[in-house]
Amino acid sequence: MKLTIERATLLKSLGHVQSVVERRNTIPILSNVKMTAADGRLDLDATDMDLDIVAGVAADVSAPGSTTAPAHTLYEIVRKLPDGTQVELDATSDDGQLALRAGRSRFSLTCLPTEDFPVMAGGDATHTFSIAAGELRGLIDRTRFAISTEETRYYLNGIYLHSTDRDGTSVLRAVATDGHRLASVECPLPSGAAGMPGIIVPRKTIAELRKLIEDSSDDVDVSLSEFKIRFTFDGAVLTSKLIDGTFPDYQRVIPEGNDKEMDVECRMFGDAVDRVSAISSEKSRAVKMKLADGILTLSASSPEHGSASEEIEVDFAGDEIEIGFNSRYLLDIVQQVEGDAMRFVLADAASPTIIREVDDESALYVLMPMRV
Amino acid sequence: MHHLCRDCGKLWEPEAVGSAAGASCPICHSRRITSHTELVDLSIAHIDCDAFYASVEKRDNPDIRGKPVIVGGGKRGVVSAACYIARISGVRSAMPMFQALKRCPQAVVIPPDMKKYSAAGKQIRTLMEMVTPLVEPLSIDEAFLDLRGTESLHGTSPAQTLVNLVNRIEEEVGVTASIGLSYNKSLAKIASDLDKPRGFAIIGEDEALDFLEDKPVGLIWGVGKALRSSLEKDGISKIGELRRFSESELMRRYGAMGKRLHEFSHGRDIRGVDPISTPKNISTETTFNNDIEDVDVLARELWLLCDKLSTRLKKSATGGGTVTLKMKTADFKTVTRNRQLAVPTQLADDLYQTGRSLLEGVADGRKFRLIGIGVAKLVPASDADYADLADPDRARRVSVESAMDSLRERFGEKSVAKGRGLKPR
Repeated sequence: MKLTIERATLLKSLGHVQSVVERRNTIPILSNVKMTAADGRLDLDATDMDLDIVAGVAADVSAPGSTTAPAHTLYEIVRKLPDGTQVELDATSDDGQLALRAGRSRFSLTCLPTEDFPVMAGGDATHTFSIAAGELRGLIDRTRFAISTEETRYYLNGIYLHSTDRDGTSVLRAVATDGHRLASVECPLPSGAAGMPGIIVPRKTIAELRKLIEDSSDDVDVSLSEFKIRFTFDGAVLTSKLIDGTFPDYQRVIPEGNDKEMDVECRMFGDAVDRVSAISSEKSRAVKMKLADGILTLSASSPEHGSASEEIEVDFAGDEIEIGFNSRYLLDIVQQVEGDAMRFVLADAASPTIIREVDDESALYVLMPMRV
Repeated sequence: MHHLCRDCGKLWEPEAVGSAAGASCPICHSRRITSHTELVDLSIAHIDCDAFYASVEKRDNPDIRGKPVIVGGGKRGVVSAACYIARISGVRSAMPMFQALKRCPQAVVIPPDMKKYSAAGKQIRTLMEMVTPLVEPLSIDEAFLDLRGTESLHGTSPAQTLVNLVNRIEEEVGVTASIGLSYNKSLAKIASDLDKPRGFAIIGEDEALDFLEDKPVGLIWGVGKALRSSLEKDGISKIGELRRFSESELMRRYGAMGKRLHEFSHGRDIRGVDPISTPKNISTETTFNNDIEDVDVLARELWLLCDKLSTRLKKSATGGGTVTLKMKTADFKTVTRNRQLAVPTQLADDLYQTGRSLLEGVADGRKFRLIGIGVAKLVPASDADYADLADPDRARRVSVESAMDSLRERFGEKSVAKGRGLKPR
């Protein structure tokens, strides 16, 4: 294998794949990135056995072939090269080394045989569909903050993606929960996704996918089965195993009988929560919301720091209610709201509360209250 | 040198009275004398009843007083307590019953009657608390007592107060106890074991280092089998040998425990006597009559234990944050597995589901003689089993169990039970 490629192009593709590679590996080959050059194109492949990303870029290939080299080292080198340099990658010698030449720099990297690099098969996809990258970003961004990191309930360590039906419309819905909060976001069901199995996409896959589609406005092709999912777009292919578990029947925890509605201007609310929570204790982050006619009073107190309160005008007409929330969870949700106003639908101080955007039905959040 | 008569509580200095070096009491002529230079200066005590369960049984049944008595359960059970006559034949507590009976075939075996022992234990606790409010119970029949500042209240030194206390326990409860007196808890506990039964041993500040020099490291509070063997690997088997190492060296090698090793090797223990010491974990276990390998049968036993543990948690208004499964194989290897819960619980069902999943990992066809389940990271009941968005069924499980609990309260423990505890016909 021998090729020449512009430094920025190589850096970007390496950046896409290198974060898949774990810092510590017991299997040496998993520290490496596989490079395959042919027909004016370089494919970079990295995997942790659960997740595999292949990113392809145009390159000036003078000798087709393939090799593997340490991913993090290669990335560090390319990152430190001056912008605009042409990088030459040469694995044509017999010494098992990859020579990297750029300007006056010379590097020699130890390679491992390509045959040892694990191949992650896509498996037989049962469902295939396309979804706009923007739509996919929306599903991810508005749910990922609620993904649990708790190891015991591993089936919560991802986003639950499934097709369902709301008021007679078929939707693709993403749900995540850590037990304290739940985020449910949907978009119209893409054709081809009807009848797809409910799947749990792992947190790491979500993070890598989100990075890959950051600037994309194209469609992403999705193919999936009960065990694997593959995203293909713009020269990159991400294949991932799914979490083998059963996501809880979340519909049952979304309260239906909540009857107290409060509408509040989103930024104003977020800023006030942020200010008041400066006083609440580091551990609980609790803020108290007291709702009376047209006025929401946010307050917090801690034995060490003192107390704070702030009043906001809201649209509320009902019996007075006091309820406590973790301020961080409130702010996480506020950040996802794109419209001007958000709506709280409450029952009482001990029951889960629904939060949603006033003009957007596609996202719904449920928050457990705290005792304050 | 001070002398104390353990029968009448008389305290004297022989030089003053002129008797023969304190060989017998100048008042009652008893020969049960304890002598020590620091006798009147020490005030942290450990009181431990002698062969407690067996002593209670002997108290209640004069016919067995002269016989070896073992309290323990069943053919497969272990010795809960052995009287001092049985101990002559080599019977020890926690020894499997068959082994005990091999050593002492003529022993009278009595199944434990916990209600009786706990009544006697409470009586003893009450007597202790009349002497000082700082009583830290370690178990039903032993406790630490801090007697600092009680001299003017009782008009006697701590040592005299203790002698009077154990004499009163003997009279009113009918069992004997041994006293360990020192200047900290660890040494007091060690001392109470030195002169058993009906003993009184003292470890003073001046002699502590010499005393500890040749003692095995296993004597240190918190040093179990694992730590002992890693200490031995490092060439440390006696407490005195720990003093060769600096505190930082011990901490580097053995972590937080290293600090304790260092402190204790110098006779120091900063723990105070803590009367409200709450338990750190709650557990229950059972030894089978016949070894079990079938995972379903093990699971049934596990369920019965979970039910029992849950009842205890509910009674003490406590929830557990981690669940521990303990199993012992037929060849006496102990296996334990822990799991942290997402939400602390006191529900029998949640304990069981977690325990069962741990059991699946342990039961691999080996035969087991014991199974146990316990919880740690205890929290108040109000912080357990709260609603959680990721577990829509929890509210239902809470109400099922509280319905079962109220039925049991009205109609008795056995009035309602889950089918998984039933034996197949």
